[in-house]
This record gives sequence, C-alpha cells and structure tokens, in this order.
Amino acid sequence: MHPIRKKRLTIVLFLLAGVAVAVGLTTYALRQNINLFYDPTQIAAGEAPVDVRIRAGGMVEEGSVARDPESLKVVFNVTDFNQSVTVEYTGILPDLFAEGQGVVAMGRLQPDGRFVADQVLAKHDENYMPPEVSDALEKASAANGKPATTQTKDASY
Amino acid sequence: MYPELGQFALILALLLAVLLSVVPLVGAITGRDNLQAFARPLATGQFVFIALAFALLTQAFLVDDFSVAYVANNSNSLLPWYYKFSAVWGGHEGSLLLWILMLAGWTLAVAVFSRRLPTVMVSQVLSVLGMVSVGFLLFIVLTSNPFDRLLPNVPADGADLNPLLQDFGLIVHPPMLYMGYVGFSVAFAFAIAALINGRLDAAWARWSRPWTTVAWSFLSVGIALGSWWAYYELGWGGWWFWDPVENASLLPWLAGTALMHSLAVTEKRGVFKSWTVLLAIVTFALSLLGTFLVRSGVLTSVHAFASDPTRGAFLLGLLAFTIVSSLTLYAFRAPVVHARSSYGGLSREIFLLLNNVLLVAATLLVLVGTLYPLVLDYLDMGRLSIGEPFFNLTFSPLAVAVGLLLGAGIFSRWKKTDGGWLARQLLWPAATSLVITAAALSYYGSFTPWAFAGLLSATWVTVATLRDLWLKSSSKKGRWHGLRRQSRSYYGMVLGHLGLALTMAGATVVSNYGVERDVRMAPGDTAEIGELRFYFAEIGSRQGANFTATYGRFEITSDGEPIATLFPEKRQYVVQRNMMTEAGIDAGLFRDLFVALGEEVSGDAWAVRLQYKPLIRWLWLGALFMAAGGFLAIADRRYRIRDKVAVSEPAAPSAANPAATAGTREVLS
Repeated sequence: MHPIRKKRLTIVLFLLAGVAVAVGLTTYALRQNINLFYDPTQIAAGEAPVDVRIRAGGMVEEGSVARDPESLKVVFNVTDFNQSVTVEYTGILPDLFAEGQGVVAMGRLQPDGRFVADQVLAKHDENYMPPEVSDALEKASAANGKPATTQTKDASY
Repeated sequence: MYPELGQFALILALLLAVLLSVVPLVGAITGRDNLQAFARPLATGQFVFIALAFALLTQAFLVDDFSVAYVANNSNSLLPWYYKFSAVWGGHEGSLLLWILMLAGWTLAVAVFSRRLPTVMVSQVLSVLGMVSVGFLLFIVLTSNPFDRLLPNVPADGADLNPLLQDFGLIVHPPMLYMGYVGFSVAFAFAIAALINGRLDAAWARWSRPWTTVAWSFLSVGIALGSWWAYYELGWGGWWFWDPVENASLLPWLAGTALMHSLAVTEKRGVFKSWTVLLAIVTFALSLLGTFLVRSGVLTSVHAFASDPTRGAFLLGLLAFTIVSSLTLYAFRAPVVHARSSYGGLSREIFLLLNNVLLVAATLLVLVGTLYPLVLDYLDMGRLSIGEPFFNLTFSPLAVAVGLLLGAGIFSRWKKTDGGWLARQLLWPAATSLVITAAALSYYGSFTPWAFAGLLSATWVTVATLRDLWLKSSSKKGRWHGLRRQSRSYYGMVLGHLGLALTMAGATVVSNYGVERDVRMAPGDTAEIGELRFYFAEIGSRQGANFTATYGRFEITSDGEPIATLFPEKRQYVVQRNMMTEAGIDAGLFRDLFVALGEEVSGDAWAVRLQYKPLIRWLWLGALFMAAGGFLAIADRRYRIRDKVAVSEPAAPSAANPAATAGTREVLS
C-alpha cells in the first residue's frame, strides 16, 4: 500500500477505535444511569419498576407534609389529582418546596408502595412547573374529564 | 424617547452588518480594493451603534424607566444601582444584546489588530463576522426587542430581578462567558475565510491562534465563575451538576481546547489542517448550540428566561444554517488544501493527535448525555433524565487519560521522539508523582481508585511540567538567565497545564474527601465533622436593602480553638416573595467550611447543612491559572513581529538525523 494511504488508514482506524471506545462506554454508562419518569397514576397502576432509580413527580398534596420530630425525615404525598404516592425523604428540602407546588423526586419505589427519595427538586421559579409534572397533571385531568387546574395554567414551559 | 433611539440604533447596526457581510466579501472575490476598504469602517460603525443601544438600555435601567417592558420585568426601584446595572443582562433580551455587543467588540478588535494581515483575508474574516452579526441582530430586532414599551399602562414599579441573580457572580459571569462563546466566532471566521480562498497554511494558523486562545481563556474564567456562583448561591455547596446549561458551556470549552492544541500543530508543523478547520467550525457551532439550549426555553433552568417558541425556532434555524453552510463549504474546499509533512509514531504530533481524540470523545460524550433526553422527549419517546453518575463515570477516565498523556507529551519532540529517551525522561516524574499521590492519600486517610487516579494524573502533570521547565531553563549563564530566555508562550503553556492540574486535584479531592452532613439543630446545639465542632449560637434577623433575613450564628472550633464564625441566612425578598438561602462560608486555600440553613423544621429547630470542602478553591484557581496562561501566551513576541512573507511549509525531515528520517512516513493532511 502507498505509504500515504497507509498513514491515512492508520489515522482513520485510530479515530474509529477512539469513537468505538467512546460509544461503548457511553452506551454502557447510559444503560446504568437513565432515570425514567413516572407519574402517580402510573405508579399506582404498578407500571413503575420496584427498587430501580426512577423519578416521580406531581403536586405536593395540601396538608400531607409530615415531619419527624427527631430527625430530618419528611413524608408527603405527591398527587396528579387522580392518584397519589407517598414519598419519604431525609434531608434538606429545596427553598421552593411547599404544599401545592410541583416537585420531582428521584429515588426508589419500595415493594410496599412507598417512594423513598434521595433527591427532591423544586425549581428556581415559583411559577415553574416541571414539564413532566404539568404533563402528568394534564393527563390525569383529561382522564377525569375535569378541566386543567389553575396551577397548570401557570406552568411556564 | 431614549428607548426608541436604542431600537433605531439596533436597526442601523443591522443595516451596517448586512453591508459588512456583503461589500468586503464581494471586494475580496472580485479583487476590488475600494470595496474591501469598507470593511474596517463598517465594523467600527456597527460597534458604535450597538454600543449606543447597549448604553441606552443601561440608562433605562439606571433611571428606572419602567415604561420599557424589559426593565419593568427585570428591575425594581429598590434594587441597588450595581444590580440595576447587571440586570441589563439578567433577562433574555438584554443578555442577547450583550452577546451582540461582544460580537461587535470582537469584530472591531479584528479590524483594529489585523494591520499585518493581507487585505483579502481581513475583508473575508470581517464579512463572515458580519454574517453572524446579521443573524443575531435579526433575532433581536424581530423576536426579542429589549426596547419594547409598556404603554400606556406604565407599571408603578418593576417586577424585580430574580433574587438568585442579585449577586456579584452575576455581574461578572455572563460577560466572561459570552466573551468566550462569541470569541470563537473569530476562529470560525478565520476558518471560513481560509476555506473560501484556499489558503489554509501555517500563517493562517498563526493568525487565528491568539484569537482562539483569548476566547478560550475568557470561557475558562466564565465557566469557573459560574461554578463558583453555583457553589455559594444556588447549589448548597455543589460546584458542578452536569446540568444541561453547564454542559452547554463545557462543550465549546472542550472543543476549543482541542482546537487550541490542533492549531499549535498546524502552526508549527503545517499538518492537521483540515482537522483544525473542522474543529474551528465545530467549536463555534457548539457555542451556538449552547446559546440555543440556554436561550430557547428547551431547557428549564435559572438561565431559561424565554419560552416563546418562535425564539427557539429562530435560533435553531440560525444554528442549522451555520452548520449546513459551513460544512458544505468545508466539503467542497477542504480537500483542496493540503500539505506534505511527515512525523513519526512517537512524535509530539501524535501526542497532540491523541489529545484531540480524547477531547473530542469527551465532547461527544457530554453532547450525547445532554441531547439524548431532549431528542427522546421531542420524539415523544418518553421522559427521562441522565444523572450525574453517567457523566462522572464516563468523563473522569477521559480526564485522567488526558492528564497522563499530557505529562508524557510535554517531553516529546516534533517529528520523532526516541522511545527509550522518552522513557528515561519520564521515570523520575513518574516516581515523584506516585510518592506525592501516596502522601496525599495517606493525609486524607483513605484510598479509592478514583482519588488515586485523579491525584496521580494531577501530580504527574505538575511534576512533568516543572521538570520540563527545569530542563529547558538550564543555562551556562545561570538558572535566572535560562528562565528569562523562555518565551512567553512557553510560560503560558506551563501556567495552563499547571492550572489543569490544580483543577483536577481540586475536583478529585473535594469529590472524594468532602464531608457533607444534614443535621437538625436548635440554637445551643453542637454538631461535629471530624475534629471540627459547629456550635449553633443563636438565630436572629436583620433588614437588607430589598429583603429581610433570618440569620444563624455558628461558631466553629477545632480542639477548643476558634476557627471561624459564620452567619448563614434565609432571605425573603420583598418584591418576588421567594425564599433564598445564603450560605455562610469560611473560605481557605486548603479547605472551605460551609454552613447553610435549610428550613425551620419545628419550634426553633432548623435543618442545617454542614460541609467540609477540602481544596475546593483549587478548582477555580486552576481555571484562573489556565486563563492567565492563555493571556500570557498571546503576549508572545512572535505575534507582534511583522512577518511580510507567509510562513513557508515546514522543513523536510532533517537529513542530519537519519534515525528520524527512517522512522517517518509522508502524510497528506
């Protein structure tokens, strides 16, 4: 083979190998670290896998937030106004966490139906609604034949 | 009246930009000097009118002109004057105007500092920059006019700047970041100009190198400032979240780093030309992608002010147009430009090629992790998020590999390096960095593979860089003379590489040995991290300019010795009513102590986050080193020496060194 072509081939093979390694690593890591989103209705219907890291979201049910008097444990219900799921979390809640606010919790669903979260997200803007949450709310209200709640109208997505 | 003047200035600037993008280019292609002579005046005029618009918007903020919708939405009469000033870029329209101001500034800088360049090149570069400018000016004039009025119902007061943005970090972070983003447009313009006239030679690389380096330096500082700001203001002590918005700024940085190194090879050795041009295009495309991601409302974050779909569509169109047209040009023109040169299997060229492969792999990785959820969501294939573990798992090995390769690459020679000689050079640095790493690990008290790999890579880079400096500076006339003899660009490289090592060491240590405790504390309680005792002395309240705050007083002692007293706060801002957390931080070169108040959980007990953050300052210090290195490198004398004759093709393999010639092969790059 002509030396120039040989050199070119080496470089191309080299790049391909690099890309292959990167793609391999990426897909492997992706498979481990994708967190799917489930709304409370899906969780209640048993569609969400147990003991896999997933995200769940909806509105924090009014009057459902209960704190443990000794530790930083908090229990609250997340609802899409159709079904709700009980979330347990130990730690500091974000500043914008409040009853009636949209949140997304990251964690694992237990066999007994509790959702143990290791992360609770409520975003920076008080009018902000995580898109997943507003979708879930819309879906639930469509299923119930009710008009969308006022909160969903504020959603800025 | 003034806001209308501002809008008028923007429209005039748009007209000048249109002329700038056409007239000098036509002049360059047809060879008419009188048309090319318009390039510099047009670039200057464009800058003047954009600066005027920017000044008028700033004036509207400073005098609280709430009849301007953008001012009413992003300011308030209670806001201190410096936040009124930084609120100019606290929202979508204003930050876009800042983007355009930067672009016009860079264009002007090219016009001013290009006296030594051939006229044809200058005309083409300025024209390409004019085209970019037309795109963004159209965007602002058509979809995001910052001077829109709220008439006749002028609000009595403004809706206030988002409290998160009322901070010193916001005053400096966006301008720095934009200087970087937009600066890559110059490298892009040089690449496009070189493709148009087919002059893709070492001289071209030399011209575009300083611009790339400056843009990269600004971007480094911008990213570091963002990370620092997130750490104390937003992130509860986190400094990088692999948030899509952060990734959007990291992508052009990674590609830009690759570009800087590839340009070095192209300048010194005349090879990798097509690759360098492609990287210049990709880097700028990633800057545009970043702008699209952050500004279009595709992502929801503190940065996404806008959710007007036409804006997203416009930006996406601009991005698509830029990529398609420049890649088309590349496809037609790139094969034309080639040069003959040769290098062996263990040459510096190969090391820099590997550097590029790793950096591009890292770029792709971050790109996939960022775009994958967006694409799936768009195709309605489900909502998912890709967590930090993905990025940590894939990015860290690449970062470590870049460091290990860098240490070896520093000693390598152009064209060919003798393997045995290189191994001997590396023996001592390898041994030294192993010892230092072991010492550091035993100091922090535990071994993890990642801590070992990260620290080893960082110390390896440091030791190799310093050893290289030591070897290069040996001189018969003494060490001082030898040190003075080195060029500024060499010192720039040394600083940049030391900065990388600092950042890697900081990231490794704080990720592996940082301690974070969330505890429930009432005044009078004490909590401990290691030997540090955090005593919650009292809770109080105070009144700020536009907020009320509840603060805690924490006294930190170690073995009874007082270390610091911190006052973390919860602030309630008067206008927007939202709660903000202001952490109390005792900053130090070797560790930060961090106390943040969560919420009041019951009675007088608070949720409190206590953190011990070793070496976290090194992260940002490293970025400052890198940027300083960049600025030092462009102060090098060779950029100021007038070179009338374009640099010729690099010398053929040296006949005096038969070993080198035997080991080299010819290559068309």
